[in-house]
Amino acid sequence: MSLITLQDVSVKYDADPVLLNVNFSVNAGEIITIVGPNGSGKSSLLHVLTGALAQAGGDVIRSSGLKIGFVPQKLLVENTFPMTVRRFLSLPAKVSDQAAKDALDRVGSPELWGRQVSELSGGQFQRAMLARAIIGRPDVLMLDEPTQGLDQPGSAAFYQLIAELRDEIGCAVVMVSHDLHVVMSASDRVICLNGHICCEGAPDVVSTAPEYRALFGKGTKGALALYRHDHDHSHTHDHPHSH
Amino acid sequence: MLEEFIIRATLAGLAVALATGVLGCFVIWRKMAYFGDALSHASILGVAGGLALGLSSFIGVLAIAVVISILLFVLDRRWYATDTILGVLSHSALAFGLIAANLMSGVRISLEALLFGDILAVSWADLWVIWGGALAVVSVISWRWSRLIAMTVGYDLAASAGINGRREQLVLTLTLALTIAISVKVVGALLVTAFLIIPAATGRRLASTPESMALASVAVGAVSVIVGMAVSYEFDTLAGPTMVASAAILFAVAQVIPKRY
Repeated sequence: MSLITLQDVSVKYDADPVLLNVNFSVNAGEIITIVGPNGSGKSSLLHVLTGALAQAGGDVIRSSGLKIGFVPQKLLVENTFPMTVRRFLSLPAKVSDQAAKDALDRVGSPELWGRQVSELSGGQFQRAMLARAIIGRPDVLMLDEPTQGLDQPGSAAFYQLIAELRDEIGCAVVMVSHDLHVVMSASDRVICLNGHICCEGAPDVVSTAPEYRALFGKGTKGALALYRHDHDHSHTHDHPHSH
Repeated sequence: MLEEFIIRATLAGLAVALATGVLGCFVIWRKMAYFGDALSHASILGVAGGLALGLSSFIGVLAIAVVISILLFVLDRRWYATDTILGVLSHSALAFGLIAANLMSGVRISLEALLFGDILAVSWADLWVIWGGALAVVSVISWRWSRLIAMTVGYDLAASAGINGRREQLVLTLTLALTIAISVKVVGALLVTAFLIIPAATGRRLASTPESMALASVAVGAVSVIVGMAVSYEFDTLAGPTMVASAAILFAVAQVIPKRY
């Protein structure tokens, strides 16, 4: 079942095209990783999917009553802004203490409850944002570069958590990754974007081979995988794409 | 027995503490201090213009603050950085305002009252306007509160929940314009920003959530007004600066309290 379908979607910032004729759909329960160079329209694509950004052309079709849980790109919450993790979970709408507690338990960080958001480490903050996103059991979980700033074991642990949540909640996952080649191994599809969809496919799960073990380090428990891009044209990124 | 003008002055100060306390939090969170400063300096043109046109100084200040807010909103980052545009707009308004005020000075305008406020001259009519404005500011902010908080945490986060960050920023700038319009008469163009920043910065030390910071900030502002008025009455000091000085002392005291949040 398709939750969100994009048909010939184009996105512009002022007059500059960011995305051209993108066609793809998010199916229930699948994990999609979107990779691409800086400025390739990854975040724009995610924002079109959440509805935060209006498309300049084409159609975005969402199944009725679709619930989206969103984990934004790393936020900077400064210490001039007092906010406990508990209060953060009530953004934008108030949630019950029980729902907040359940969400923190589910991401394995109940101890964050009374902590100030500005004082969390990168990994703790990601978990708090994830907890916020899964309140209300979303149909799709969308994450914008969630592992930016995490080291490899940190990324691997985060990906494992995402995979567990997907199995538990049954939600689809759409994740933008800043890493072109190393992706979450549980991804059903990897989409390589550069203004348009360049290529897509399943990642190579190679974590058992010793040479890749050496590449990924220990303790990642097979959460990381390689994605081989099957397009051979080179991209320059200062012009809109058309081929 | 307290004299009536003291009661009026204190009530006016409390209204200002209410509006600046709530809005001051956003000024701190969203780094709008320079914006507040710029608007309050430009208000001098508003006072002079308002009186020259035979309108109240409140209407004049509100008009100039709203015009600058909207110009800034429209021009933002198109050709210059925000603070550059703000500097051009507000200092131009300040310069023209000072010329106008000087031409009219002695007749209807006292420069000292413009810069440092004239809280003791607040009339009952002024008081209605000031309280009306303060309650309007607090109502709008309360109504938009959860959106404003979401936008303060992050534009992306807010946008994913259907909140337009730019629109909420406009809500903030317009309520700030109104706050400055009601505050200039009370604390003066030079000290409005102090009332926006010092109570809120003090409130930060006492609060663990945005809501408790807003309440603490209003409370600190209110105590500053009452203490400031009492000291000013007793020792015959300038009322506006004495209230700000009281807030500054409370800020210093709050820094001594061990940080809990």
